[in-house]
This record gives sequence, C-alpha cells and structure tokens, in this order.
Amino acid sequence: MNVWAALGTAEFAHIVGLSLAVSFSATAVAAVVGAPCGAALAICRFPGRRLLILLANAFLGLPPVVVGLALYVMLSRSGPLGALALLFTPSAMVIAQTLLATPIIITLTHRAVEEPWQDYGAALRVDGATRSRSIRMLLAIARRSVVTAVLAGFGRTISEVGAVLIVGGNIAGYTRIMTTAIVLKTSEGELELALGLGLVLIGISIVVSASAFVLWEKS
Amino acid sequence: MMLRDIFLMMSVVLFDEATFAAQPPAPQSIILASTTSVENSGLLAHILPAFTKETGITVHVLAQGTGQALATAARDDADLVLVHDPEAEQKFIAAGDGIERQQIAWNDFIVVGPRSDPAHVASTHDAVAALKAIASAQAPFVSRGDKSGTDALEHRLWRMTEIDPAKTGGGSWYRDIGGGMGAALNAAQAMNAYTISDRGTWLSFDNKGDLTMLVEGDPRLLNPYDVILLNPAKHPVPKQALASRFAQWLVSPEGQAAIGEYKVDGEQLFHPSATAPK
Repeated sequence: MNVWAALGTAEFAHIVGLSLAVSFSATAVAAVVGAPCGAALAICRFPGRRLLILLANAFLGLPPVVVGLALYVMLSRSGPLGALALLFTPSAMVIAQTLLATPIIITLTHRAVEEPWQDYGAALRVDGATRSRSIRMLLAIARRSVVTAVLAGFGRTISEVGAVLIVGGNIAGYTRIMTTAIVLKTSEGELELALGLGLVLIGISIVVSASAFVLWEKS
Repeated sequence: MMLRDIFLMMSVVLFDEATFAAQPPAPQSIILASTTSVENSGLLAHILPAFTKETGITVHVLAQGTGQALATAARDDADLVLVHDPEAEQKFIAAGDGIERQQIAWNDFIVVGPRSDPAHVASTHDAVAALKAIASAQAPFVSRGDKSGTDALEHRLWRMTEIDPAKTGGGSWYRDIGGGMGAALNAAQAMNAYTISDRGTWLSFDNKGDLTMLVEGDPRLLNPYDVILLNPAKHPVPKQALASRFAQWLVSPEGQAAIGEYKVDGEQLFHPSATAPK
C-alpha cells in the first residue's frame, strides 16, 4: 500500500489517537501521583525515606518488558486481578505506562524541589504552612523543572513498546498504537510504512513536548 | 484526528473502563488467539467485517504463534483459538483445555531461499531431501524458534532427516531467531538464508528482496488450520455462546466462501476445507 495513502486512513487516525490518549492518560496519572510524592520526599522526614528515594531512582531503569510481563500475570483471567477483565484493553496499557512513568516523575521532581526547599523551607515553616501547602508552594516555585519531569514521563510512555505489546495484545482497531503498529509492519516486511509511522511518531512526540514547553514558558 | 476526539478517547480510556472495570470492555466482543500467519497474511482483516456485520460481534485478534495462542487460551485470556499445529492441538484437547476442533481451511508450507540456491534444492519437491541438502551444504537457514505451528512443522521435518540442526549448525549456519513469520522472512532476506514459510505470509510479504520460492508440493508440507473452543469443564468461558457462534460461522457456507475468496495478487491464500474431503 502507498505509504501516504495508508497514513490518511481512519485506521491510522485511530492508532494515533489511541497512542496519544493512552500516553496522556498515563502521564496525567503519573504526574498527579508522582509530583506530590517527589516533593513530599524532599520535605518530609520519616523512617524509610532514603530507601524510598533509592527505590524511585532504581526504578528509573525498570525494564518495560518485565513490567508488562508482571502486569500480564496479575491481570490474566487466571491471575489475582483477573476478575477486573482488564487484560488486552487500553486500560491495561495505561496502567503499564503509568508504572513506568511514575518513578521518573518522582525522582526528577524530588531533585527539582530539594534546592527551593533549602532556600524557602525555613520561611514556609515560620509562616506555619502545612505540609500539603508547602508541597504546593514548592511545586509552583520549581514548576519549570516539574514540567521537564512530566515531559520526561511522557517521553517514556509515548515511545514504549515492550509492556503495551504484552498487556495490550496489539489488537487491530482496539489496542494497536503507533509503537506496536511499527513492530507489526516491520514483521510484515512493510518497511516503508513502518518507517513512515516512525517519522509520524517522532513528529508527534516533538510537537507535544515543544507545545507543553512553550505554554509553560509563557505562563 | 481532532484534538476533541483525542480527549474523548482519553476520557473513555481513563474513566469508562477504569470506573466500570468489572464489566467486559464491550458487550459483544470476543478474543481470538490466533497465529501470525492468518493475521499477517490479511485473511482475518478480510473475513471479520462480514461476520461482525452479520452478528454484531466484534472479534479482537491476538496474533501470536500457535504455542503462545494455546497458552493464552489455557490461561483463560482468550475465548477461542485458530491455530495450525496438529500435535500441539491434540495435546491441548487431551489436557482437557479444548473441545470441538474443526478444520476451517488449509494452505501449504514452502521452502524459500536465495535465488543463487547454494544447496541446489530448487529441482526437488521433497522437503526432507531439501533440508538434508541445506544441512550438508551448511547453507544459512533461518528457524522461527518460537514454538509456532510453522516452527513445529520445521522440527518435524528435521526429525525426518535425522539431523539435529541446532547441534550441527547452531551458532553457524542454523539461525534460530525466536520471531514471527515476517521477522523470519526479513532475517532470511537479510542473510541470504533459506527458511520455511506458510504460503499466505510469503505471498503477502513485501520485503522479498532476493528471496524466491524453491520447494513446494510435498504432501508433508500441508498446513491445516483448526478452530478450537475452550472446554467449559476446565475454563469459565463467559463468552462461549459468542465464541461458538464465530466457530460455526467459520465453517458455514458464508464463512467458507469469505475464506476462499481472499486473494493476494490474484492467488488464493487459503482453501476452505470444512466441507471438502480432508
């Protein structure tokens, strides 16, 4: 099939839309969970804190294929969470990508907030700010670095293939996204179409990251 | 794709399915665990719309190797299987996992290789003799190595040659890539190697390069495709009625006609066999 014709089909639009929907969803959840956790790790003192920081850093290199496999075993109908019937659905893909993006956002936010906490922590304490208020203030102060952290998380999700292939199943019109479609087209020997998809994926990734960056620079 | 559509999809992905996670994704959908050969060849994409139109049932296809497809079904993660490895299927049924096996179509395997044909196999119709010649010439040979139906057939043929290719050629001329049919053809093309392919994937494969079909027509290269339902005695089968309807449709005159009319470059890829003598 002609590459450009293939890129104009409804099937392709669905693939791109689902890629973005899954990655945005996973990044959103990972940001909402990860950014406050990262900030909390910087300002709260509790037993096991250093261990948590160490774990978050270690999980930066979490192999997607292992996350996918572990999630597969959990979500399989014969597994512990089988009753949820989530395997081979877009939701399972969101869960997998969230697991991969959260440690990245936690770790980078933690790093970003450490310095402002040293600078403003005493003042916030004098003000009598609660911990949750301190976390909000610090995230606002360090927002540029936090945006970078979230974009790094997005980069992980949009480019990932190992985990979503296992838990999504690459089902046409249902769980097929750009990265899994590229794997499939390569295996079908349609190298030009695979490459075309790859260029579109890179383009989308750049556009999303650049727009987020510009929007936040302005605000 | 409008931005609005993406947000709509996002809300569906995030909320609908997460909130109502206990419900199945769509009321009228089944998961078919199948093989890369029926998916990569385009057969399912060709016949499924007719079934969905007639019944309203969406079929979600997992394209795996036969071994993986049977394992997926045995874990309850698919509603029925469409596979092509008679030995593995018999084991699946003997273990109490599957019932009601029906043959829906057949095609055949072929040996493909570089045009230069260093092992001189083009003159034969004997697949076993061809493998012997490849082994004695130590010509590069790509093996799927993924427990798929094609992989199983390849190993049956090697057993008939009484050569253990992994022992005599592993790491040198015998190259086990652990991948799907398309990946094996890509590898063979890149390495000027021989490999065994089902005819369907071969005909629809776009990156043939210097590869050409060299051996065909050996009765041992026959490739039957069977549909198998899960056994309710061992599996929960919440969608057995829908799965059974699909299996019945595949062997019905409509389903058989849809299979038979699928052509690539004017060549019929699958021969309907539910009603024909086997």
